[in-house]
Amino acid sequence: MLQVLEPGALTTVQDRGRSGWARYGIPESGPMDRAAFTAANRLVGNGPDAGALEITLTGPLLWAGHDMLIAICGADFQVWIGGVAAPGWYSVFVRGGSLIRFGVRRAGARAYLAVAGGIVVPSFLNSVSTFLSGRFGGLKGRALQTGDQLETGVDPLRRRAHELWADAGERWPETRRPAYSGTPELRILLGPQASYFASDAVQGFLDAPYRLSHASDRMGIRLEGPVVRHSGPTGIVSDGVLTGSIQIPPDGHPIVMMVDHQTTGGYPKIATVIQADLPLLAQCLPGDSIRFRAVTLAEARAASTIFLKRLQPW
Amino acid sequence: MTYPSTYPRILPNGEAAFTVEFGDAVDAELNRRVHALDGSLQQHPLPGVVECVPTYRSLLVRYDLLAAEGDLVLAALWERVVQLFATAPPPETRGETIASGSGRLIEIPVYYGGEFGRDLPDVAAHCGLEPEEVIRLHTQPLYQVAMLGFAPGFAYLLNLPESLATPRLATPRLRVQAGSVGIAGNQTGVYALSTPGGWRIIGRTDLRLFDPARCAPFLVRAGDQIRFIAAQPDEHVTGS
Repeated sequence: MLQVLEPGALTTVQDRGRSGWARYGIPESGPMDRAAFTAANRLVGNGPDAGALEITLTGPLLWAGHDMLIAICGADFQVWIGGVAAPGWYSVFVRGGSLIRFGVRRAGARAYLAVAGGIVVPSFLNSVSTFLSGRFGGLKGRALQTGDQLETGVDPLRRRAHELWADAGERWPETRRPAYSGTPELRILLGPQASYFASDAVQGFLDAPYRLSHASDRMGIRLEGPVVRHSGPTGIVSDGVLTGSIQIPPDGHPIVMMVDHQTTGGYPKIATVIQADLPLLAQCLPGDSIRFRAVTLAEARAASTIFLKRLQPW
Repeated sequence: MTYPSTYPRILPNGEAAFTVEFGDAVDAELNRRVHALDGSLQQHPLPGVVECVPTYRSLLVRYDLLAAEGDLVLAALWERVVQLFATAPPPETRGETIASGSGRLIEIPVYYGGEFGRDLPDVAAHCGLEPEEVIRLHTQPLYQVAMLGFAPGFAYLLNLPESLATPRLATPRLRVQAGSVGIAGNQTGVYALSTPGGWRIIGRTDLRLFDPARCAPFLVRAGDQIRFIAAQPDEHVTGS
């Protein structure tokens, strides 16, 4: 059990996501940074679908009710466990009764805290991921609050405390982490509605840096920068939207759809951010600057295949 | 790869999805084709395909990069499209012979007007009809659930009588009650959750299109048919 003494700015329970329900208007949800989420779960011996905490901008203060093995991956936070500084991207043994305290965030936007056995909350549509605007999933469909108690599941490896202790200290190698940056270049595939924009508008979109707006959240990341002008109609007959789809609404300011996105949309989609580069965007903060680079379908498939393989057990 | 400019066409959408487009219009026949392909892929899935999302005129097909080769998925999709539509019957009989999705008919009792449908008088005035005539026309057609989207369980319906088409509110309401039945342009639909919205509300149903607490959380699915029935609050038993 983890007792929430301070919740942090926005801490939610997420698992791999609620895939397969988009046809009912339900977004996939799940972690914004799939790479860090999966690494955290793997380091403690969980499957890739165990529930973990997504910690946004400021971290929580938690009290561990029993001995446990945890891992924190993603954004670089100062963390103390029982008063001792704990590194990110490592499995760490936590003595029952210790405090897990998050301090200053040095880089990135979102960290993932996984516990051996997973965070256990009631599942909805085969997932424990929190969907805030739908008010379901996770802990009562909301972010963590002071006083919440999070149950942890049975360790999939059935380890005793001394075995958890012995298993601590495993590190997620840098070669398997995304190349995080404060000014990332995101690879995109143009389409499916790139033809709604004149070629100089597309070129402008590719040439200029864009800044993340403050109006960004788990549904979408809004960008500020050169306006992308439609060459004809500013709307389409609504069709399916993906995580990573870049919509251009009539005002010409791009929106990258993220994990809690609406499942269908009526704005033309100029391009899609490839899966491999979504974690880079998930770790950006409002004000950060990004660039887009168009790649071929073959390049995109190859890059994302490598990315997905790095998240597999080895 | 080259992609034909005429319909149907299959466009890559990101590196792990395709959009099968049957056209570029809100049209019942196009939508029937979407549901025919979707139904076929539900019944006989393609290897590696993880999800399909039917919309008015297109089907989004997502696949797992680690489970399938994109080019093979594309080839198999084309094969399925050709199988289903190359031997399509002449246009005048298509509506009957192409399966219309699930084949389910769902009746939705609606309290029209008054406190439940505050925009009924405005819709009537805009259409040059009496409110009773709006209700009669709205309860007449068999609506086709073109797609779900916007919010969990929100159903976009086809076949609204043209005489009832009314533009959206100039300023959306901050909160529209779940169950509200509205009109926006040539579309009609039911709010599944209490959300902001700009549709003209003409009535409300007790049925919940989406209820996370129910073992079947969704009342309708894309491809279903719907009929609205005028009800009175006192004579209707609350749906659960």
